[in-house]
Amino acid sequence: MNKVLMSGNNVIAEAAIRAGCRFYAGYPITPQNELTEYMAEHMRNAESGVFIQSESEVAAINMIAGAAATGVRVMTSSSSPGISLKQEGISSMAACELPGIIVNIMRGGPGLGNIRPSQGDYFQATRGGGHGDYRTIVIAPATGQELADLTMDAFDLADKYRTPVMILADGMMGQMMEPVIFKKPTPRQYPEKFMLRGAGTGKSKFIRGLLLDPIDSEEHNWKLARKYEVITKNETLHEEHRVDDADLVIVAYGTAARIAKGAIKRLRDHGMKVGLFRPITLWPFPELKLRALSAKVKDYLVFEMSTGQMLEDVRLALQGYANIEFHGRPGGAVPTPAELANVVAKIYDRKD
Amino acid sequence: MIVKTIFSGFGGQGVLMMGISLANSAMSKGYHVTYLPAYGAEMRGGTANCTVAVGDEEIASPVASEPDYLIVMNLPSLFTFQNKVSAGGSIFINSSIIDARPNRQDVKTICVPCADMAQELGNNRVANIIMMGAFIKKSNVVSPDIYLKNLETIMGSRKKTLAEINRKAFAAGFDYIKD
Repeated sequence: MNKVLMSGNNVIAEAAIRAGCRFYAGYPITPQNELTEYMAEHMRNAESGVFIQSESEVAAINMIAGAAATGVRVMTSSSSPGISLKQEGISSMAACELPGIIVNIMRGGPGLGNIRPSQGDYFQATRGGGHGDYRTIVIAPATGQELADLTMDAFDLADKYRTPVMILADGMMGQMMEPVIFKKPTPRQYPEKFMLRGAGTGKSKFIRGLLLDPIDSEEHNWKLARKYEVITKNETLHEEHRVDDADLVIVAYGTAARIAKGAIKRLRDHGMKVGLFRPITLWPFPELKLRALSAKVKDYLVFEMSTGQMLEDVRLALQGYANIEFHGRPGGAVPTPAELANVVAKIYDRKD
Repeated sequence: MIVKTIFSGFGGQGVLMMGISLANSAMSKGYHVTYLPAYGAEMRGGTANCTVAVGDEEIASPVASEPDYLIVMNLPSLFTFQNKVSAGGSIFINSSIIDARPNRQDVKTICVPCADMAQELGNNRVANIIMMGAFIKKSNVVSPDIYLKNLETIMGSRKKTLAEINRKAFAAGFDYIKD
């Protein structure tokens, strides 16, 4: 397979189709329109592929929930305001244990905000977003190649745990073009007993999220909680970049991590030993890995394109074992590596 | 080595196409590449710019703090980006419609009347390719042959005349730069 130069939005769509996604529903919103456009163009060439431009975001999420119940691999995508609309459906998918992929190409918020890249939806993504006791697996790629690989992996995770998985990127990841190579997807493993395809002569099956008996409902909630515990234990992903000799470590994800890497290069050229801890799964957060790092590195800077959301997870992970500073650019502003390097340099000089 | 270039102008001037064609050409030569577009909500008449990074090592940040090259196709872009260019860098100016010049002494300024030249060739829309000819000659990021081959691939071979006028436009810009 040759390298191809593709925008992040197109990479996600192509990776999904290759991974066997055969039902996509979406409603246009910048800066993720190219994903929907690509699906419109290419899903019809996939065997039994269905593309629907739905009448709304709410319709799209409920369409993929319905299709997921029949056992098809499904995806929907949107950007921040549209993802807010999808929350009821995501909660419902979590309750009904339906696998599916929701892509959020974040833009500036709150409200309609603007169409520039931002990371303001971290809380919404990692804390559940909708109502009820549930979690969604949240994956935050930082390169075109990761968008390709992790989109494919997201489908496997969704099937394995029968839960919705969110791919959280931003307008920059969606619009940026990088060369990618698509890997060969692994064959799908999803038991037929979870697919509603007509009982025929067999036993009838039932998928529902409405559990009126509180004891049944409590049991269901604990069952989900146990599942989330297993995910937390087994599915964290993160990258450590130049932390071995580091005196200060930047914690950043997605686009912010790319800018941080650029800043680190500048800082290292000036003799400052700075590294990067990049969570790739935001939920589950690589809490234990970060805590382990605090045994040798005592100074951290959390850098986000928000007013400080992942910052809370970093505090929970480090539990007061290390000093934490924060630099944020919310609302669609994208800082340069030089700007971040200046911020880091000031903190670096200050620390003991 | 990492070379970063910002292409900027009005939406509709083919600014994003300049970046895409450079990124594709560099990728085909095996370089690491990022192409990062930014544009307003409106398609034509709004501002558009893109940053292309080409390197023989992994490109950490696709955002350019200090680009080596800046191509400005309209006046507002010159004001927006001229101070970002690294010392010793180059600014390419569409001098057909930009009278102002950079107020910095530490950068090279290359004026190409690409809009007028495009008109002479009989197609206003190839001003961007003329500028690319001048840019490739000066910067040497990729060879002219590689660039033209990739440009043809991107544009598709629907129209033979399109490839021909692009070739002519590129050659005009390339030859305009003497040294």
